[in-house]
Amino acid sequence: MHELSIAIRIIDIAEEESRKHDDACVMAVHLKIGCMSGVVIEALLSAFEIAREETLLAHAELKIEALPVKVRCPKCDCEQLADSIQCLCCSVCRTLSPEITQGRELEVVAVELEPLETVQ
Amino acid sequence: MTDPALHRSTAGVATRLVQVRTKILKQNDVVARRLRQCFHQNGVYVVSLVSSPGSGKTMLLEQTLTMMRQRGHRVAALVGDLATENDAARLKRAEVPVRQITTGTVCHLEAEMLEKTLAGWQLNELDYLFVENVGNLVCPATYDLGEDLRLVLFSTTEGEDKPLKYPTIFNTADMAVITKMDLAEVVEFDAEAAHRNIHAVRPEMEILELSAKSGAGMQQWLQCLEAHRAASASAST
Repeated sequence: MHELSIAIRIIDIAEEESRKHDDACVMAVHLKIGCMSGVVIEALLSAFEIAREETLLAHAELKIEALPVKVRCPKCDCEQLADSIQCLCCSVCRTLSPEITQGRELEVVAVELEPLETVQ
Repeated sequence: MTDPALHRSTAGVATRLVQVRTKILKQNDVVARRLRQCFHQNGVYVVSLVSSPGSGKTMLLEQTLTMMRQRGHRVAALVGDLATENDAARLKRAEVPVRQITTGTVCHLEAEMLEKTLAGWQLNELDYLFVENVGNLVCPATYDLGEDLRLVLFSTTEGEDKPLKYPTIFNTADMAVITKMDLAEVVEFDAEAAHRNIHAVRPEMEILELSAKSGAGMQQWLQCLEAHRAASASAST
């Protein structure tokens, strides 16, 4: 259950961004999480609920884009969706490929900050 | 960073959308990069081991340290565990420097833990440093430790489908080592299925089979380590 560490890192990054904008309240954090990142989204959401208390993200929600695994298929000579994380073969021609082009992402893409004029 | 765009959140509140585009583990990656650079400058080749508890990591490491020392290499080990220093005590029998990282409640090693534990070590006096991660096939996958070679181990007693159950850790490793081959026949281990499953989650991965107890496959394993270190040294010159 390393998702708690990950949740704390996300909060740190979002708070850092908030401080650049006069400590504006963070309403949402947009994330990209790859299926091959080793992070379980449900576990991350639970961990985030605990970790966000008494931070600038107390009212924030996580908006997560889960990215499926893609591989560079040597036979099709292009990027293709992989079958699954249990089988890294091209979903079109079934050739196994060692080169993952998508699926390892763990990224904070953007934060939504409450405009200052609405902050009480 | 782009200018904040006005945006309407799902709660209906007008919000400013600020692009961040930051890796969540940027802090760990910075330390891992620093470690990797430091290892290379000191000429030490770093091998990390991940596996579930009880796969034979410590036994393999104890034999490896002893045999590598006998082959004239200067070796040392770091051992990560949630609690107890039992593994470090076992490894000290190989008469090489060993340090324990007790992680407490943390289920994996992070680059910063390594950096702290390595403080004061003369890395330039080492040829190889082995890092034994916490026994866990899930969480360690996510963290770069600055190592040159990451091994994932599983034993014949754990079943051939281990790679399919834990694909991410197998995918982030550089080499798979199947341990306890002396028990393969007793537990009816299907090596062909195991190889097929490993290659399904990490196509083309190098696989070694050995038994630290009987010694089978150990010479090949040591030669493999030496070959990887030589390849790494020639690539960086």
